[in-house]
Amino acid sequence: MTYQELLLRLQNFWAERGCVLAQPYDVEVGAGTMSPDTFLRVLGPDPVAIAYMQPSRRPADGRYGENPNRLYKHTQLQVILKPPPANIQEIYLDSLEAIGIRLREHDIKFEEDNWEWPVGGAWGVGWQVMLDGLEITQFTYFQQCGGMDLDPISGEITYGMERIAAFLQDVDSIYDIVWARDPKTDRAITYGEVRLQEELQLSVYNFEAADISKLWEHLRLYEAECQALLDEFHARFSPKAEKSAERHEKIHDRLVHADAAPSTDEDLRAALKRFPVLGAYELCLKCSHLFNLLDARGAISVTERVAVMARIRNMVVGVAKAYAAQRQQTEAA
Amino acid sequence: MPDLLFEAGMEEIPARMIAAAEKELTERVVALLQRERLLGEAHEVHSYSTPRRLAVQVSGVLDRQPDATERMTGPAWSVAFKDGQPTAAAQAFARKAGVSVEALEKTATPKGDYVSATVTYRGRPAPELLGERLAAELAALYWPKNMYWRAQKPERFVRPIRWIVAMLDHEVIPVEFAGVRAGKQTYGHRILYGSEPVVIDHPDDYVGALEAARVTADVGLRRHRIRKALDQETRDIPGARWREDTALVETVTHLTEWPSVVMGTFDREYLALPEEVLVTVMRDHQKYFAVEDTHGKLGPYFLTVLNTHPEETGVETIRHGNERVLRARFNDARFFWDVDQKTPLEDRVEMLKSVTFHKELGSYWDKTQANLRIAENLAATLEERSVALDMQALKQAVRLAKADLTTELVKEFTELQGIVGGLYARAQGLGETVAQAIYWQYSPAAVEDPIPPTIEGQVLGLADRIQTMVAMFGIGLEPTGSKDPFALRRAANAIVKILAESGLPLSVSDLLCTLPADGGAEIREKLTAFFRERLEFYLRDVRGFAYDVVNAVLATGADDVRDAIARAEALTAVRGSEDLAAISAAFRRIKNILRQAAEKGIAMGDAVDAKLLKESAEQALHVEVEELALIVEDLRGRGKYRRALEEIATLRPHVDLFFDKVMVMVDDEAVRRNRLALIAQVLSGFSSIADFSELVSAS
Repeated sequence: MTYQELLLRLQNFWAERGCVLAQPYDVEVGAGTMSPDTFLRVLGPDPVAIAYMQPSRRPADGRYGENPNRLYKHTQLQVILKPPPANIQEIYLDSLEAIGIRLREHDIKFEEDNWEWPVGGAWGVGWQVMLDGLEITQFTYFQQCGGMDLDPISGEITYGMERIAAFLQDVDSIYDIVWARDPKTDRAITYGEVRLQEELQLSVYNFEAADISKLWEHLRLYEAECQALLDEFHARFSPKAEKSAERHEKIHDRLVHADAAPSTDEDLRAALKRFPVLGAYELCLKCSHLFNLLDARGAISVTERVAVMARIRNMVVGVAKAYAAQRQQTEAA
Repeated sequence: MPDLLFEAGMEEIPARMIAAAEKELTERVVALLQRERLLGEAHEVHSYSTPRRLAVQVSGVLDRQPDATERMTGPAWSVAFKDGQPTAAAQAFARKAGVSVEALEKTATPKGDYVSATVTYRGRPAPELLGERLAAELAALYWPKNMYWRAQKPERFVRPIRWIVAMLDHEVIPVEFAGVRAGKQTYGHRILYGSEPVVIDHPDDYVGALEAARVTADVGLRRHRIRKALDQETRDIPGARWREDTALVETVTHLTEWPSVVMGTFDREYLALPEEVLVTVMRDHQKYFAVEDTHGKLGPYFLTVLNTHPEETGVETIRHGNERVLRARFNDARFFWDVDQKTPLEDRVEMLKSVTFHKELGSYWDKTQANLRIAENLAATLEERSVALDMQALKQAVRLAKADLTTELVKEFTELQGIVGGLYARAQGLGETVAQAIYWQYSPAAVEDPIPPTIEGQVLGLADRIQTMVAMFGIGLEPTGSKDPFALRRAANAIVKILAESGLPLSVSDLLCTLPADGGAEIREKLTAFFRERLEFYLRDVRGFAYDVVNAVLATGADDVRDAIARAEALTAVRGSEDLAAISAAFRRIKNILRQAAEKGIAMGDAVDAKLLKESAEQALHVEVEELALIVEDLRGRGKYRRALEEIATLRPHVDLFFDKVMVMVDDEAVRRNRLALIAQVLSGFSSIADFSELVSAS
């Protein structure tokens, strides 16, 4: 089974079990969890069943394409099920059979492994799934996100695709994975042919070439914009911010129809609904990636690290809270 | 009498939590049965656990509570019956007791006659009662980390509950927890038996039914089978044995329901990597057992414990898969080793500026500077006290000690910090003294670990830990209750152990010398008390001294650890003597007299005035005390505590005679003051080795 067949089969499997197949999120993320399809959609009561392949970038993990087991950018298949069905583990095991793993001929264990993303105020409990001694999946019951208790919780299944492919194809280097075969000539196209150049050049960029002062500048710009959006959100929608009548009037003037009489609650809801919380979240992701780049460049001192992480955390948690408030107040109508 | 079976089935419980949970559930179920009088006299309790279940089986359970009678006392007879007729009070009491008025009885009490009734409680059927109570016992289990899984968060538990079996003989007990109703259905091995339920007909069938469904429910049996399988797999290799690792055996026992063992091999070339690295990869990361020859040298093999008995082709697949993973891991380690060598430790010191020690306390570079100052101080003190050490090597070791935190190998295998630094120092030709000191810096991590073998290593270990403690206490991070996030108790235990076992002439106050002279008083006090507590723990729990000996010894000083041990040893050796027991009693008496005198504001003489000593008993005591004090002081000064204590014991006849013949609290003020001064002299003169009044007499 080629790498691409593997990706297709797993996605098919989850599609057949009712998941919406989403596309990878197109802003740099360190893990599938950081995509808004997970990080924001686990908030609130709405049921979710979604699966997507997510290229995940970790600048510091780059090895110039020289290490057979490590990548700057690897691929995760992320499955989110809210609420998690009672037989979620059985479904997961079926998915392994679906990609050709005959479980009776293997050793499979669910070993405790809890997950935490302090920057996102997020954590969960779960397992790493071990197949013949290889960790192939992280299985997490999300408990908190953005510092808020989740109710209902979500089940998150994260497959490490390169590892699984190398295991199935029994190759010692990720770069030797057969990505595809030409249907006419049967010529194998390897993972290395598709991605090695990217691993090499982005390792060079991440570790050597990225302009530190410009990275800081980008970070400052994204952060300022994100913070401005959050400030605006609070100024307009936080009940404490302004007297409600004045607030309504301003919102009405700015967002609805300047000549009609303000009809307070409806206007407020309309304004809240179109407020770009998701835009603010993308800015957070930019900040997070830039932070990782600066880290890979060795450009962050002790005091800066703590301070910058705290600021990003505030933004990420702030966005999560705004998202939850937005969904709650606009869905309640 | 019927048998009870109670099983809670759930998603995989973390291995580290299972043993305690099995024990707690068993205790709770037995306590419940006892409380509800449902436990027969000849009962038997068995408990079971696997990653997916906890179970308790009790035979000899009563099928219903025995009926019980109780005498209930009501109002006074005179209130209840007027002229032989029951009053409203009598009727109300009869109603409350559930008996007729005619059944009321008269009970005589010291306060007069009262109305009473014999009340019979009908015992309730066990299934009904247990149906109400068992769920609460399950819900009450302690877990180090819990989770929610159902909407509206009705309960927290370690992992989602998936089934419950609760039966009394053939009858289902109607238990419900977390939305799961109990039945007779349990489940077998996930893969080998699948999701078909296993029906338990009777509690007696539980173990057998699960065994048929590829689950060994009994932990001891599983452990035994794993050990046997490990032996069996190793047998084919001449002279080889698997390296004993009881903690790992426990872990894999709790990770499996139907264990078997497969041996794999790896390329001999990896044996060139340090054994510490190989074993860490195998044990900590892969949960593999290492294989060694009769000399304890590692061989190119490993053993992995499976949670299955695979088909024959499966064995090869699984072996191959595990070998592949281990090879990748070893390759990584070798790659890291090689990459790390490109930047010598010396060049890494500067890199420590970007490794946080603590957000308020700065980086590891800052810590290294502080460690250096302390280590130099301690070394200077030691040189003054004629202890030879290699100052250059010590300074180099302290400076490089934390450099391995920047290496790839330590980033990957954090548990090897220090060890990696030591190995690199050796590989980089920095000399054995430096390498050893760095290697051993985190030992002892647990009380049973050895202390660093070299003086330089001991000083490094002391300096590093005392720096951490002073800094953490300085910003208010001392441990409170069970909370000790920076493992400061462990650090202090290690310091006490090094002071105790290294032979270095250093006391706790020598270590605290780095505290600022001004403003450090409060921290010094806290740290002194903290170390005293740790020394007490060490003497009692590690060295096994009796608690009263420890109290007696620490009452006269807890600063010099080795001295405290010597005194504790001496006191333990002589404490059995009758004379010392009498001295101890006399000293307690002296203390009481002095305390009462102080409480009453009765003045005591500053020194004994020989002219005022009238009675021969007090004169004799005084002479003896003056003479003996010199002898004892001399012996104490030379560390001959046992002889000193034996000398003190000879005081007994004089003390006994004194208390027999002489009254201390007499009316004559001058005499009284003088006698108080005399007994105070006895107390202070002979309490410098131990406070005998703390000793608890054997009788």
